[in-house]
Amino acid sequence: MSTLTTAPGAAAPGQRPQLRTRRLPTLAALGIAVAAVVLSAALVYGTGIGGTALVVALAVVLYLAGLYLASNVVEGRRQARNRTWSALIHSAFVLALLPLVSVTWTLVSKGAERLDGNFFQTSMNNIGARDPNGGAYHAIVGTLEQVGVATLITVPLGVLCAIYIVEYGRGRFAFTIRFFVDVMTGIPSIVAGLFVLAFWILIISPIFNNGRPGYSGFAASLALSVLMLPTIVRSTEEMLRLVPAPLREGSYALGIPKWKTILRIVLPTALPGIVTGVMLAVARAAGETAPVLLVAGGGAAINFNPFENNQSSLALYVYQQAGDASRYAPARAWAAALTLVALVLILTIAAKLLARRNRFGR
Amino acid sequence: MGDTPDGSANAGTGGPGVTTSHARVAGAALSVDVPGTPAHRAPNGAGGRGGDSGTGHGPGGGGALPRRRAFGADRVFQGLTMAAGTMVLVIIVAIAIFLIAKAVPALNANTANFFTFEGWFPNESSPRFGIGALAFGTLLTSILALLLAVPVALGIALYLSHYAPRRIGTALGFLIDLLAAVPSVVFGLWGRDFFYGPVRDLSVWLNKYFSWIPIFGGDGPFGKSILLGSLVLAIMVLPIITSLSREVFRQTPTANEEAALALGATKWEMIRTAVLPYGRPGVIGATMLGLGRALGETIALAMTLGIVSNISFNIIENGGNTVAANIANAFGEANDVGRGALIASGLVLFSITLIVNITARAIIYRRREFTESAA
Amino acid sequence: MAKRIEAMNVTAYYGSFKAIEDINLTVEPKTVTALIGPSGCGKSTFLRSINRMHEVLPGARVNGRLTIDDEDIYDRDVDVTAVRRMIGMVFQRPNPFPTMSIFDNVVAGLRLNGVRRKSVLEEAAERALKSANLWDEVKDRLGKPGAGLSGGQQQRLCIARTIAVEPQVVLMDEPCSALDPISTLAIEDLMFKLKDRYTIIIVTHNMQQAARVSDRTAFFSIERTGDPGRLIEYDDTQKIFSNPSVKKTEDYITGRFG
Repeated sequence: MSTLTTAPGAAAPGQRPQLRTRRLPTLAALGIAVAAVVLSAALVYGTGIGGTALVVALAVVLYLAGLYLASNVVEGRRQARNRTWSALIHSAFVLALLPLVSVTWTLVSKGAERLDGNFFQTSMNNIGARDPNGGAYHAIVGTLEQVGVATLITVPLGVLCAIYIVEYGRGRFAFTIRFFVDVMTGIPSIVAGLFVLAFWILIISPIFNNGRPGYSGFAASLALSVLMLPTIVRSTEEMLRLVPAPLREGSYALGIPKWKTILRIVLPTALPGIVTGVMLAVARAAGETAPVLLVAGGGAAINFNPFENNQSSLALYVYQQAGDASRYAPARAWAAALTLVALVLILTIAAKLLARRNRFGR
Repeated sequence: MGDTPDGSANAGTGGPGVTTSHARVAGAALSVDVPGTPAHRAPNGAGGRGGDSGTGHGPGGGGALPRRRAFGADRVFQGLTMAAGTMVLVIIVAIAIFLIAKAVPALNANTANFFTFEGWFPNESSPRFGIGALAFGTLLTSILALLLAVPVALGIALYLSHYAPRRIGTALGFLIDLLAAVPSVVFGLWGRDFFYGPVRDLSVWLNKYFSWIPIFGGDGPFGKSILLGSLVLAIMVLPIITSLSREVFRQTPTANEEAALALGATKWEMIRTAVLPYGRPGVIGATMLGLGRALGETIALAMTLGIVSNISFNIIENGGNTVAANIANAFGEANDVGRGALIASGLVLFSITLIVNITARAIIYRRREFTESAA
Repeated sequence: MAKRIEAMNVTAYYGSFKAIEDINLTVEPKTVTALIGPSGCGKSTFLRSINRMHEVLPGARVNGRLTIDDEDIYDRDVDVTAVRRMIGMVFQRPNPFPTMSIFDNVVAGLRLNGVRRKSVLEEAAERALKSANLWDEVKDRLGKPGAGLSGGQQQRLCIARTIAVEPQVVLMDEPCSALDPISTLAIEDLMFKLKDRYTIIIVTHNMQQAARVSDRTAFFSIERTGDPGRLIEYDDTQKIFSNPSVKKTEDYITGRFG
């Protein structure tokens, strides 16, 4: 098998590889960038077809093309591709940072305007179109109550469901449940809202409400539960699976029955992870607008009772104020949006930090 | 040890990491819950636990015969968990049943063809409404959003998994995850109050120079358009696709990456040979999940689209509507038939997203089996 | 065509940890050299620094001079990918690309080099698989996934993939440690055959294997955990296993240490 030297065409470039190659100097990339910007500016302003944004966009394209050509000439096609893709990947990242920065900036600058004590202490009751006051107290109450009730409903259900999947479920049925939990994650929130509208508002609630549909915060909780359930099941399931089998076996070996093993040993071990999952689900639910819009009814006044009469929520408040014709409404919408994002992000960050601490703690 | 902390030794398919965390949890938790060696302490531990919750285990439970009651508690608990599990299926079936129940009367009252009629007038004395334009708008915005988001999301995912220094990658990944947590109403507000301006300028520019392309034609006004909606939607699905793709890219066995490098691949070639093929099913699944999210997005689109129900490929003129956005917008003044009509459109949306999600999950599940067999 | 490798004062780090220190050794063309020693003595690190795979890990770097036919592979304007094409590597665990067929696995390196012609690829695949003693077992299922083969077959597939790009040197990092005895024998046979054409350097934990397959043997060791690995003795395999000149080598060979 000493056909090596005559190996027909096998990797002509690989046959006698040159160790040394010419490299594109670091300065060359900079030069290409400068040239791209200059050329792009000259083209755009010279022909008068656009402004700064176009200059930047065109410059990026010119830079990528120039980089590829220069590298192709000096280093060959493989390196040229490598460089161009690397540049593309980096620019994708910068591109994604733009909306992130923009959303944050708009949110903070516009939201701070009305973020005062009054905003957190008043509702929209009797606030006319010309009244610059008005606040989101009723909406905050609504959000907290709706999400709280939804959590109370979902957590036991979700945890039990996860226990079934991990500890008891065998075969096709458990697999089906698992699969549909995943599918349920993708149910649009508006559909969950319509479901509760059809099921609770239009069919069940008239029974307690003299035949008229009764919108309420509790209905919103039901809709949010549908949305939270799959998230909680999935995260709990993952955490339960991380509890090592020897721990369970150790407990069985002590003669502890299975259900007690699960409640006393498996669940506490997985608890921090489960809490993290619940917090993430709560954060997501707190930001939902569509289902609340359909079933909670909104409302401008403070209503502490989630089971009776209309309630608002922060997200719904943002939506309603954004659509309000009053010239003071946008400022209220942004202030509420800032509050909502702060609430959601604090929950999310706390959840992730908790998860991280646990991971490192082990 | 430490001869070579090279990836090839522990690169299986991501399994080892999990295994070690198992082992560690085992050690830590055991030492807390069951102190000492289980074998010696067994009777005490069992007795204590059994005793204080009163299920009939005497001290030294190891010797006692299993009693019927203990079995009973186990059965009850198992039944309870099974009922909870079944609830998931019940809910999904119930959604379908109740939506159908409330949609049928409205559909019967409809005097137009539900699938082809382009308008939405369910509140009139002879109700006319059709899903055609809405379904078209839903698909158009979602597909545009994915076309815009997927390439960027894959770029970011690769940046985070293979290009960024580890620490920066983790921090930025965290930031992207936070972006996913921002409520859609906030994106809607941002799109309507801020992003509208630049998009309108862009639309005017596109219209000036490219009006010969039908999608950029029209006489205005521009801005509250499919383009704005799709861009906002793209920004919203970006973090989902990014974080799932980053996860699968990261799981590429180090052994395969090293194999590619050892063959003399450049970094990009390594990514193309080892990372992308390995992550492809995951990326497809992530894209489908993003699609599911885009199809169902309500509030952000209700706030950024022009809400005109017609079938038009023009993406820069004011207009556009989707099934979900229409529900949010039309719900306020809907009467009984109107609500039923909206529920009917929701049923269509539910079916579409169900199909998309089942497909996505099936792809992801298959991938899981594939990688397990390859390990 | 096989080339000579020379290491001069090679020191390798993982971040601030010094894994090997001052390694000096010369590997002649068309020989099999075995690197042996206790766990953590840096033999794999040394192996990986020969084709610059060491630096793939974040924070890892190499000092000193490593030449292939008198060309320093760590020189500034040397192309890493060219080094790795010239010095192929087989890893501890078989690592065929899981998404590729057997055929695609073998020609993966050629495709990277821009070979597109189907006939050329097929010819090269057959040649490489024959060299790797795998052709007869897989010729009827070249389109099947590489992951479906047995462990030993997968490892030979990886060897085929490595030699398909016609390297000058083949590095093997404990290529048999994940394999059963029969597959191990098959790979050892293969090494004898490949020796005619390639310079082979193999890291092994198995001293019988080192004695069976290698012409020269290098013994690495460390003083204590945390210390850098050093080259203790480097000589003809025969001499190392029958009459080592350093006491430590003898202790290791006879199983009194390590």
